[in-house]
Amino acid sequence: MSEAPIQHPPDIYGQVLKVALPLLVGAIFLIVWQIVVTTLGVPKFVLPAPTLIWQALIGNFWSLMGSLWFTLTVTVEAFIAAVIGGVALAVLFAQSRWIATAFFPYAVILQVTPVVSIAPLIIIWVGYDNVRLALLILAWLVAFFPILSNTTLGLRSTDHNLRNLMQLYGASRWRVLTEIQFPGALPFILAGMKISGGLSLIGAVVAEFVAGSGASTGLAWRIIEAGNRLDIPRMFAALGLLSVLGILIFGVMSLIEYLALRHWHESAVRREN
Amino acid sequence: MQMFAPEAASASPHTAKPIITLNGVTKTYGNGTTALRDVDLAIGQSEFVSLLGPSGCGKSTLLRLIAGLGEISAGRIDWPQTAHTARGEPEHDIGFVFQEPTLMPWATVFDNVYLPLKLKRMSRRQAAPIIRDALTKVGLENFGKAYPRELSGGMKMRVSIARGLITRPSVLLMDEPFAALDEITRFRLNDDLLAMWAGQHWTVIFVTHSVYESVYLSDRIVVMGARPGRVTADIRIDEPYPRSEAFRLSSRYNDYCRLVSAALHETMT
Repeated sequence: MSEAPIQHPPDIYGQVLKVALPLLVGAIFLIVWQIVVTTLGVPKFVLPAPTLIWQALIGNFWSLMGSLWFTLTVTVEAFIAAVIGGVALAVLFAQSRWIATAFFPYAVILQVTPVVSIAPLIIIWVGYDNVRLALLILAWLVAFFPILSNTTLGLRSTDHNLRNLMQLYGASRWRVLTEIQFPGALPFILAGMKISGGLSLIGAVVAEFVAGSGASTGLAWRIIEAGNRLDIPRMFAALGLLSVLGILIFGVMSLIEYLALRHWHESAVRREN
Repeated sequence: MQMFAPEAASASPHTAKPIITLNGVTKTYGNGTTALRDVDLAIGQSEFVSLLGPSGCGKSTLLRLIAGLGEISAGRIDWPQTAHTARGEPEHDIGFVFQEPTLMPWATVFDNVYLPLKLKRMSRRQAAPIIRDALTKVGLENFGKAYPRELSGGMKMRVSIARGLITRPSVLLMDEPFAALDEITRFRLNDDLLAMWAGQHWTVIFVTHSVYESVYLSDRIVVMGARPGRVTADIRIDEPYPRSEAFRLSSRYNDYCRLVSAALHETMT
């Protein structure tokens, strides 16, 4: 095999279809929705027509965008804190089996306790005038575990012979970590981050629902507010924005994963057969 | 033809100035199995020694102990020609080639070969010509930027050998390096390995379970028996290098193979 790796001509037709097909399904869905609602005369406080939701979105554009920004920043900050915390803790766990054995159960307890049930406590602790911090803590709690467990697994999955090789060359623990353990764990860490990205959004929203006071201004609060006023189109608009946010986070994480692994990992490499 | 009867290995009459000596090396695992018992061996400088034996005879274990991977239960391994650290550990430079290529899949061929030099804190720029040279020697001069997954099994093994030799070690330890390759690739790699070894002054300890491979490559074959692992014969292959296909087809080669096979069979019965 002396020839260079085969270059694929970009499959433009397939790429376009990949985007166009879901969009087409979405468009048909919206049209059917519109027709059904108008012809059957469904009241707008039960199921508003897509055009009404659009109007609600435009009519409340700046207040909704402000809430979107609030939720986005809480989510992203919680996510970054989760990545740093999860990876750091996993590195600590990887240094000694005793540390891992001693602390891992508590990480599990944090994870399995439903976030809704600890939310009131956290909110009392940080104070009602500081709801944003409470949301951050709660979103972090939900998001950090997948990163911790995936990174721990990844750091432990290092090729045994590569480890031996490092030992042979007298590599320090730090070099072993940076040269082979960490790069080898990267696919695991990225998989954890993909789950965590979605979870931080869920954490941020759920926590805000529980906090439920006027002090919070995220999308969850907009939904509660609209619900209280039976302003269902605005509720749907906020809901739609949340979905878009979730899709965006997922898309960014998938892109990062692809860029980081495209050269070597089975999951990202294109195959002939 | 000069032939050596299978005999215990200690104080082999033909070894050159020993670079490694093993005295009564015993390895017992935690569960009580004895992997090696009382192994005495002297490896001469610039020798090409094969450790040959059935599976379970502890030949890989022995190689790892020589490399310093794992504790010896009894006996000692000495490096008489090597400087020692203050803590009494030999400052030997070893290359190790595993049965699997054991490459970092996320790194290019260049970076894989660079690893040992990087660990010795050599800069990339300083290392670049050395790495290019090493890749040329294994016939991969155009593959520095390739990733391991883009290479065939034989090419990956070549990268592994280049990495093993990049620090110019005095001893190259090879643990059944070609066992997973097809025969044609194995033959080519055998020849290339011999070409790299010839004229240089490094020692090779080569673990294999192939009689034919060991006869073709080595100037000395240490036959080992199983349960417990021990040395049962020490045979010299008195055939000049370079060796070629002609040797493989010669009657001397056949005689040696028969001799070594007989020694191997004796240990298994």
